[in-house]
Amino acid sequence: MSFTSQHLLGIEPLRPEAITEILDLANAYVEQNRKAERPDPTLAGLTQINMFFENSTRTQASFELAGKRLGAVVMNMAMQASSIKKGETLIDTALTLNAMHPDLLVVRHPQSGAVDLLAQKVNCAVLNAGDGRHEHPTQALLDALTIMRAKGRLHRLNIAICGDIVHSRVARSNLILLGKMENRVRLVGPATLMPPDVAELGVEVYHDMEEGLQDVDVVMMLRLQKERMDGGFIPSEREYYHRYGLDRAKLGFAKSDAIVMHPGPMNRGVEIDGEIADDINRSVIQEQVEMGVAVRMAAMHLLARNMKNQRDVLT
Amino acid sequence: MSILFKNAQIIDPAADEVTTNDLMVRDGMIVDPSGKAETVIDCSGKYLAPGIVDIGVKVCEPGERHKESYKTVGAAAAAGGVTTIVTRADTDPAIDTPEALEFIRRRAAEVAPVKVLHIAALTKGRAGREMTEIGFLQDAGAVAFSDGYRVVQNTKVLARAMVYAKSLGALIIAHPQEPILSDGGVATSGKFASLRGLPHVSPMAERMGLDRDISMIEMTGAAYHADQITTARALPALERAKKNALNITAGTSIHHLTLNEFDIADYRSFFKMTPPLRSEDDRIAMVEAVSTGLIDIISSQHTPQDEESKRLPFEAAASGAVGLETFLPAVLRLYHSGHLTLNQIFRAASYNPAKRLGLNSGRVDIGAPADLMLFDADVPYVLNRENLHSKSKNTPFDEARLQGKVLRTFVGGQEVYRA
Repeated sequence: MSFTSQHLLGIEPLRPEAITEILDLANAYVEQNRKAERPDPTLAGLTQINMFFENSTRTQASFELAGKRLGAVVMNMAMQASSIKKGETLIDTALTLNAMHPDLLVVRHPQSGAVDLLAQKVNCAVLNAGDGRHEHPTQALLDALTIMRAKGRLHRLNIAICGDIVHSRVARSNLILLGKMENRVRLVGPATLMPPDVAELGVEVYHDMEEGLQDVDVVMMLRLQKERMDGGFIPSEREYYHRYGLDRAKLGFAKSDAIVMHPGPMNRGVEIDGEIADDINRSVIQEQVEMGVAVRMAAMHLLARNMKNQRDVLT
Repeated sequence: MSILFKNAQIIDPAADEVTTNDLMVRDGMIVDPSGKAETVIDCSGKYLAPGIVDIGVKVCEPGERHKESYKTVGAAAAAGGVTTIVTRADTDPAIDTPEALEFIRRRAAEVAPVKVLHIAALTKGRAGREMTEIGFLQDAGAVAFSDGYRVVQNTKVLARAMVYAKSLGALIIAHPQEPILSDGGVATSGKFASLRGLPHVSPMAERMGLDRDISMIEMTGAAYHADQITTARALPALERAKKNALNITAGTSIHHLTLNEFDIADYRSFFKMTPPLRSEDDRIAMVEAVSTGLIDIISSQHTPQDEESKRLPFEAAASGAVGLETFLPAVLRLYHSGHLTLNQIFRAASYNPAKRLGLNSGRVDIGAPADLMLFDADVPYVLNRENLHSKSKNTPFDEARLQGKVLRTFVGGQEVYRA
């Protein structure tokens, strides 16, 4: 037992052994999910609430499916439409939730640190489904599982994370996870989309795709987060595509067996050429979605186990 | 009414060393120690210093009395050894008319046990469009003019206000910051902000704001005080301005002298300040600048916020911290670490702010008002924020190990606090 935390709030607090434990279990769930019949009562009797303060169809569906496959009662709360608009604070929301006695709470919030704050106030396990520009731990875990299955290992790989780094919680969680597992991580993107002093986090920074993709095993593209930009980060989408969009020519600088990843949803023709995205020999984007369900099942399984262990200690 | 402080270790901000001596107070003034005193206080092993003069205290009257009133701020100041508070004008509504100023002066006089002076707004509604009635406000008792943390962006408006203020001998206090560059930033650009994914502002925004303001001082000749200098990059500009004999002084906050950005840790909103906490290199540079006198004044930038405004995600949480009661133990960290002497500390906390405002306090000379604090510099304890006198308890030093406690505070020879 290596993953002993009560919550999954980020990759930063996890030890490498904990990451491995989650990935191993997730790997088993991948096989289970591919079978025709897959009854699994691991979370039977538990209540899972998905609270999304920010729109997300894909992540929410993935968490919902993961919970249901494990037999949990799953409820979705679309928070951007509800009481937040009426002025309720996050703490009030937490107190309301406590009264409903959920066991697992999946939260996405537009502000960095909001999920940590909520976790301090509720009496159940909290999974961070993305907080602001901070972390998105299940995305990093599903990316890790995808890489592990495609490359046969999750260490000593050259991995390039490309594009809009500054606005991306996916990039943050990934560079932390991949660093912990002893890979060489490069960030490639325009200087305006690079967080300040990010090189101090143990990554190499490139502003040119040709240099940045040289001999990498994995090319991880990020979505240009137009909705988080208050103007003027890039001159135009066409210049961005020309310099940083992943096309056949740029991919040519990577190793010949390099895989292409994208957390979705994609802006085809902005950060990635549609043809590359659909190339079944290079792109693992569909696998990423599949791994997402498995990783979330594993994470919730282990959190439920940790919760049970803690309750046993208390009684 | 006379008091003899016997065998006190007296901190004279004008001197270089602490001396053990007697100090006599009669009729509210420090006098030559001769004759009999009605009260004798044995101060052996304790320090006697001029009370702190704290420029830039936010009292939330009018508008947000549930956060801090003149009564609670007065109690907090007395408990912190702060004998004069100079209040900010950034209330709701702003203190931008003589009527509003008279209202808060009356409130302060009724309930606060320490001396209370007031800063008035520089522009109406702090909107940066029209200067306030600087003359009337001066007549009503305003000691300085400032829009608080809001920068007057329109340089024409600011130039006219500065020229007008200069003709009346009024002091302008400003918040040096490039407002567009720093808009939305809640942390200082760097490794920490990148790791936490927080909207950030370059430390250069402060230098750009200061550069502009220095040009404005050169143009208008106005008397100017920068409320907080917090970054190393701003110091050479400040030094040049002083060398050029401009009428400029600068302050820094106790929090920027004792904390850095990494103290925010897991989004602790009690560490959210304006400007945001800086790098450790910047903090060290500020301590050094206080020791050389380049930075003249230390202030608490006391900013009460209730739980509701702080218990929010870091970006959304209100900014600022209470600081009156933790001023002394916080600044003593720099004394215990060997970075500042007690004389340097009280020069920046008492003497210089009094001098800048033209007050005769902040000294322990004969003839000065007996605004004094007696303190123990060494006693260790763990701070419990619930014990603060302030109505709001938003201190970054909750559960911190501190050393040094105020034992007694005197204002005009009257004891206003005893531990």
